[in-house]
Amino acid sequence: MSSIREHRIYPNRYQDSVALMALSAALAELPGIQAASVVMGTGTNLDNLREAGLGEVDAGPGDLVVAVMGDEPATVRALELADERLSEQPSSRGAGGEVAAPPLRSLRQAVEENPAHNLALISVPGPYAAAEALKALRLGLNVMVFSDNVPLDQEIEIKRFAEERDLLVMGPDCGTAIVNGLPLGFANVVRRGRIGVVGASGTGMQEITSRIHQLGEGVSQALGTGGHDLSAEVGAISMLRGLRALAADDGTDVIVLLSKPPAETVAKAVVEEARALDVPVVICFLGADPAAFGGDTPGVRFAATLAGAADAAVALVRGADRPAESPAEAYEQVCFAPGQRDLRGVFSGGTFCYEAQLLARAEGIRAASNTPVAGNTMPADVAVSTGHTLLDLGDDVFTRGRPHPMIDPAPRDERLLAEAVDPATAVVLFDVVLGYGAADDPVSGLLEAIEQARAVREGPAPAFVAHVCGTDDDPQDRSAVVARLREAGVLVAENNAQAAVIAARMTP
Amino acid sequence: MWSEHLDVVNVGLAGFGDDLRAAGGSVTTLDWRPPAGGDPDAALALARLVGHPEVERANQVAFERYLSAQPVLTDVVPAKEAITEMAGERLILHSGPPIAWERMAGPVRGAIAGAIVFEGWAQTPGQAAELAASGAISFAPAHHYGAVGPMAGVISPSMPVWVVRDATSGRLAYSNFNEGLGKVLRFGANGPDVLDRLRWIGGELAGALRPAVRRLEGLELKPLIGQALHMGDEVHNRNAAATGLLLKRLLPALIATEPDNAVLRRAAEFITGNDHFFLNVSMAACKAMLDAAAGVPHSSMVTAMARNGVNFGIRVSGTGDRWFQAPANPVDGLFFPGYSVDDAAPDLGDSAITETAGLGGFAMAASPAIVKFVGGTPADATAHSRRMREITIGTNPVFTLPALDFGASAAGIDVRAVADTGLQPVINTGIAHKEAGVGQIGAGVTTAPLPCFTQAVVALADGLGLAGAAA
Repeated sequence: MSSIREHRIYPNRYQDSVALMALSAALAELPGIQAASVVMGTGTNLDNLREAGLGEVDAGPGDLVVAVMGDEPATVRALELADERLSEQPSSRGAGGEVAAPPLRSLRQAVEENPAHNLALISVPGPYAAAEALKALRLGLNVMVFSDNVPLDQEIEIKRFAEERDLLVMGPDCGTAIVNGLPLGFANVVRRGRIGVVGASGTGMQEITSRIHQLGEGVSQALGTGGHDLSAEVGAISMLRGLRALAADDGTDVIVLLSKPPAETVAKAVVEEARALDVPVVICFLGADPAAFGGDTPGVRFAATLAGAADAAVALVRGADRPAESPAEAYEQVCFAPGQRDLRGVFSGGTFCYEAQLLARAEGIRAASNTPVAGNTMPADVAVSTGHTLLDLGDDVFTRGRPHPMIDPAPRDERLLAEAVDPATAVVLFDVVLGYGAADDPVSGLLEAIEQARAVREGPAPAFVAHVCGTDDDPQDRSAVVARLREAGVLVAENNAQAAVIAARMTP
Repeated sequence: MWSEHLDVVNVGLAGFGDDLRAAGGSVTTLDWRPPAGGDPDAALALARLVGHPEVERANQVAFERYLSAQPVLTDVVPAKEAITEMAGERLILHSGPPIAWERMAGPVRGAIAGAIVFEGWAQTPGQAAELAASGAISFAPAHHYGAVGPMAGVISPSMPVWVVRDATSGRLAYSNFNEGLGKVLRFGANGPDVLDRLRWIGGELAGALRPAVRRLEGLELKPLIGQALHMGDEVHNRNAAATGLLLKRLLPALIATEPDNAVLRRAAEFITGNDHFFLNVSMAACKAMLDAAAGVPHSSMVTAMARNGVNFGIRVSGTGDRWFQAPANPVDGLFFPGYSVDDAAPDLGDSAITETAGLGGFAMAASPAIVKFVGGTPADATAHSRRMREITIGTNPVFTLPALDFGASAAGIDVRAVADTGLQPVINTGIAHKEAGVGQIGAGVTTAPLPCFTQAVVALADGLGLAGAAA
């Protein structure tokens, strides 16, 4: 189709050149249009039109010129559109429309907008986490750093800075906290009460606070320190600070401290600090020998398990010296086939895997684990189990590039299926973690895996032993979860320690 | 803390904020992105500067100096009289950070070649370019001599400059004369008509304006700019009102000097024919205000933003004469008929000194028409001006914006806030053709590149011994 040039002149019609340029651009975008220009008819502009190939136009500086080039229907459409736009009334939206406040991007903006902010919850990628924490502290906020992979020197920098400013740092790598009754990160819905917890393990704190709730007591504060706090380098800055803060808190009558085995000098300093307080303290250093720290005294009790720590704290807050013996979960010994001899654990909570290994060792079971306790070994291949094996599926080796199994249980369910169909497996031990942050439905996939294993496997299925960490007030409702598991033939113990002992004893 | 109501800022996973809210907590979830352009070391250096008492104190001082500056138009003189380093020297000033002849953009080379011919150091632009390449001419940023110029920003010894004096500090700032639109030196044009116009500006026009300006005995520029903001200018890309206001003051003084009638007619025609005539005066006023704020140790306030056609550069009060540079960002704009983004030179000129002083893009709410360059609405213009408050130390109560309920314009860019939020200062700008001499081909909106601000943050941290891995 041949191309033609058309123009229209609007005499004595002034429009701002910017508005005209926008119109020019709109016309030029029409299909079939090769060039378009809407200008005031000044000498320079008319020269420009000529140079752009839009032809000779005879107009004065006060006249508005629309010039287009293209195929014929297109030029007609373009002139119509131009006429429409030039006679349009301004839309009311542009002038008076409400402009939404832009979202806040920085901590400084948030604090300037609302000076009442008093805590920053940081879960950005590890390389940036310390910087955000430092900003929060400099702006006068307490901090919880959920992020992991924070360089140790940066952890020390932020913790020392917080000391100077009399502020609290929880983490890095702090998964759980409950402050003033509110859940931070992964936390369960527990009633408020008079037991304070300071812990270096997220799932460990979830187990202790949930059990306190299950036993009818409540939690004043649960402060996480992060997994590296009790290293020799960091020196328990956060745990010592949390301990002192809770000791000074009128709402806290008993304190529980929790850690995997700390560096020895650090542990001693923590115990020494605890002994100097007026408030009774229960200490659970998983896998450490209390005798190394002087054993029980009236002010300081040692507990060997997470559940034991909760039990001791509940007893103390009720004025009893010792917890009542809790009845062990009854179980029936299962008949296994001759080759069925292995205990296989698939955990989403790292501390549950750790505690189960310790208790299984005490029952005489040496297991392989990707996070082995003293006396256990790394598996030759983490992807395939042989012999007794207890795996932490939340460990980096399994979670690279995918969500933690507490958030997305599917990979754990798959591994559970693989273990359950292995003819060598006698007992499958697992945990289910509930609460804020955890999967909305952590059970359905598990039950499918169990059902599938029973269908596929020839000969007797393995025994399934589990514990559910959480409370009836959690969004997932612990009672309902336990009921579904039991209905599927899973032996559900009261707590992780009990589940581990039962599973170990069932293993032939 | 235990007795307080917990009020959380959630930085990272949005789900944690939702859970807190579901549990009855108060929470603000940030629209977080990696700060400092995603460089973890710079992010940490930045964190160490947030709320740092020395920086805060220094910024108070620098910002107060900026606010209390009183730019006054006092004189028109040849550059070599204002800048004595130029007298008898083959020194040519250009816009933006320092750059060697070999790396200069087309329009800047064209303008320099024109200036060399204008000075009589060569006969033709071609010979001028050879002379420039031979090393016989010295080049320096205008900023290094208290001067600023739009686009190529070329100032040679014989060109006339506006003299603006900060009445508070006594410091002087300069800018060249605006030649109008079309084929002009600042876009790299250097033909005979361009040079003839420059000779007329330097001779007849400057000769007429000098006694007129002196007769005014100091024209206060801040009130004039403030008034122009209420008349639809943002005094960077739109100077129609300000040019009129300047003329209103100049014309009676000019007439009172009883010039030849033909001279008066040509001067009046030239000034009234150029809506950007005030731009260069505005720029000198901004330069005076910002130089007042320069040189306060540890201050993170930006005192200059300028482009040389290759790089964008900024200077910061607390880091002395250093430039922090990065390639200029593209311009989001509209083009004159026959031109497209492929013809555009990278962003160019010292005129971003207006944004640095809280005008231009920062005052876009005053000039809704400008936002049409990017197809926006007046609401978008207002949003630009509001957003700039997030990255400034304060606001300038002399520059108020009707569309913000006469709220003050954001001023005193804090490099920390830019690096922290990733909100880049918004700049209104003309677009030059990449080839010398074609001239302006469009206009639009651009931003100052983030790496400049991140580099400045690291330098400030270094100055306080806070840069390295462990501080």
